[in-house]
Amino acid sequence: MIDRTGTPLVEMRDICISFGGVHAVDHVSVNLYPGEVVGLLGHNGAGKSTLIKILSGAYRMDSGEIRINGERAEIHNPRDARRYNIETIYQTLALADNLDAASNLFLGRELVTPFGLVDDDAMEAETRKIMARLNPNFKKFNEPVSALSGGQRQSVAIARAVYFDARILIMDEPTAALGPHETQMVAELIEQLKAQGIGIFLISHDIHDVMKLCDRASVMKNGQLVGTVDVDKVTDDDLLGMIILGKHPGEQAEA
Amino acid sequence: MTHSEAELSPAHPKKSFVQTLELDLRLLGMIGAFAILCIGFDLVTGGRFLTPRNIFNLTIQTVSVAIMATGMVFVIVTRHIDLSVGALLATCSAVMAMTQTEILPNMLGLGLGHPLIPWVTIVFGILVGTLIGAFHGWLVGYLTIPAFIVTLGGLLIWRNVGWYMTSGKTIGPLDPTFMKFGGINGTLGATWSWVAGLLALAAALYGLWASRKNKLRHGFPVKPLWAEGVLAALISGAILGFVAILNAYEVPLARLKRDFEAQGLTLPEGYTEAYGIPISVLLLIFIAVGMTMLARRTRLGRYIFAAGGNPDAAELSGINTRLLTVKIFALMGALCAISAVVASARLTNHSNDIGTLDELRVIAAAVIGGTALAGGFGTIHGAILGALIMQSLQSGMAMVGVDAPLQNIVVGAVLVLAVLIDILYRRKTGAR
Ligand SMILES: Nc1ncnc2c1ncn2[C@@H]1O[C@H](COP(=O)(O)OP(=O)(O)OP(=O)(O)O)[C@@H](O)[C@H]1O
Ligand SMILES: [Mg+2]
Repeated sequence: MIDRTGTPLVEMRDICISFGGVHAVDHVSVNLYPGEVVGLLGHNGAGKSTLIKILSGAYRMDSGEIRINGERAEIHNPRDARRYNIETIYQTLALADNLDAASNLFLGRELVTPFGLVDDDAMEAETRKIMARLNPNFKKFNEPVSALSGGQRQSVAIARAVYFDARILIMDEPTAALGPHETQMVAELIEQLKAQGIGIFLISHDIHDVMKLCDRASVMKNGQLVGTVDVDKVTDDDLLGMIILGKHPGEQAEA
Repeated sequence: MTHSEAELSPAHPKKSFVQTLELDLRLLGMIGAFAILCIGFDLVTGGRFLTPRNIFNLTIQTVSVAIMATGMVFVIVTRHIDLSVGALLATCSAVMAMTQTEILPNMLGLGLGHPLIPWVTIVFGILVGTLIGAFHGWLVGYLTIPAFIVTLGGLLIWRNVGWYMTSGKTIGPLDPTFMKFGGINGTLGATWSWVAGLLALAAALYGLWASRKNKLRHGFPVKPLWAEGVLAALISGAILGFVAILNAYEVPLARLKRDFEAQGLTLPEGYTEAYGIPISVLLLIFIAVGMTMLARRTRLGRYIFAAGGNPDAAELSGINTRLLTVKIFALMGALCAISAVVASARLTNHSNDIGTLDELRVIAAAVIGGTALAGGFGTIHGAILGALIMQSLQSGMAMVGVDAPLQNIVVGAVLVLAVLIDILYRRKTGAR
């Protein structure tokens, strides 16, 4: 069981952002405790990616507040987010297609030699190690990632997020392109990270995955939060109802 | 892909000779095209093209454009363009000409010929070029004005700032030490050329050895030893051959006589002296090595290529892509200033039209050298080879006696053709 009596690892309070009149995220509050996996669910365009991009520093919110370990956090760009040990697997993967896997994995945080030059061999060795854990079939270490399959690219993006001792991990549809075996390995990875006390936001369209991997689920619809539920206390159909109809399961009983 | 399977088993028998050497096919193609070009011109001119004298001249004519082309690689890799390099060269040249002939000797009272003049001038020129470049980069990166527009404006502005400053006058002669960077007026001579060649050889061989050792240490596959041997032999041959050719170009007797007489001596019977490596070429080699190191082995270089491949990904990885743009254009500006040193020293004066149309030559050199306008790809050595090919084409046609308009038509057609071949090559190899 997750202990939710202490201070949450992350609190996003009353977050708003709009793009030219479209309220992509509209007064949404979610939180995350250490060792917890919170699923973010919602239809296409509900605002899930936009919400987490505010946490990862890709977007700046119009209003609202982010607290990390109870303290107000100023996250204005991706560098700020990295300073709070927030790592993100973006839906678009955010890989530089012309660089190889190791260069992408260490982009912005290269390993350097004592002379300050980038140490490609050391980075490749580290990449080989972590890929052996994530996707043992991965062999294309010396080719630009444009030459990789969708799933292989996703593995690189996952490797990048988990390599750097994240405390807060954001996964935006991390397994969308993965085969069954690789998906299983990511599920195991999530369990391991959870056990280490890392908090994870997991965006997924797969309700089964969410039921299996998440402790709580927050559902969004049209930029607004429908509600947050304990996954143990709801059924698949309850979640579907929240996503499609925007109805909280508690309301149904009263109606 | 067969290539990566082959990588799994280092002793894969089906690997071709070129694959085993891990040579860059595009580079080989360019070298091949260059060789055909040179041999072709040599045949048509009855052996006048591939003489030590002409090769010497080709190299010194290429330096100025080649230096700027190395910077243009980074500009184009990050999906920008710089149309102002020729004009910026002119402004830097004007600034430096005035600094060394007017400001330092007269206004600051150092007097003509003071040993500090050339160096202060060069440092000041590079500073001016860097600042102007950084300003361009700020307009592009922070104010998000397209580089095409900023540098098109820059082309008009800097060409005429140079003109305005000098009131359109030609300024010369320049400082004698300064002029040593121009080419024929400053060469290493035979002995020092061999020393430089051997040092370069030692550095290249050490590089090969260190890279292999590092790969082995991490347990990565390495080339078979014989392949390393062949590669080392090729590199040694190229370096020593280059030095030998430049050393074979001897200073004309008439000039030697004049030099000796100037020192109150008489020319001994049978005395000869070789030009050897021009200082400007040495400068280009240092810049090429430095820029290649920057591209491949520094964070800045890594970020340049990342931002060119996917600007959003670079930004999301915490790279400050705006500041990066400023740095790239500042570097381009510094290289324009260095080119201005070489170009004005070669002409022995600053003239109004110095560097005219250089922007086109520089962009063409980078593009012929395999820099992709879509961003993300390009090499320093490719751009230099591109500059050399352009210059050879131009000089060769002049030597053959092709009319000036036809020369330009051919150069234009070659540029378009080179890009077409590059596109077809990328399509065929699946690279983007
Ligand atoms: N940069 C942007 N500019 C303008 N509108 C945007 C931008 N980013 C997102 N939006 C809009 O905000 C809304 C929410 O988009 P978001 O990407 O967060 O959806 P999502 O829940 O992640 O959907 P999906 O499941 O398809 O990934 C959409 O209407 C989208 O069009
Ligand atoms: Mg999304």
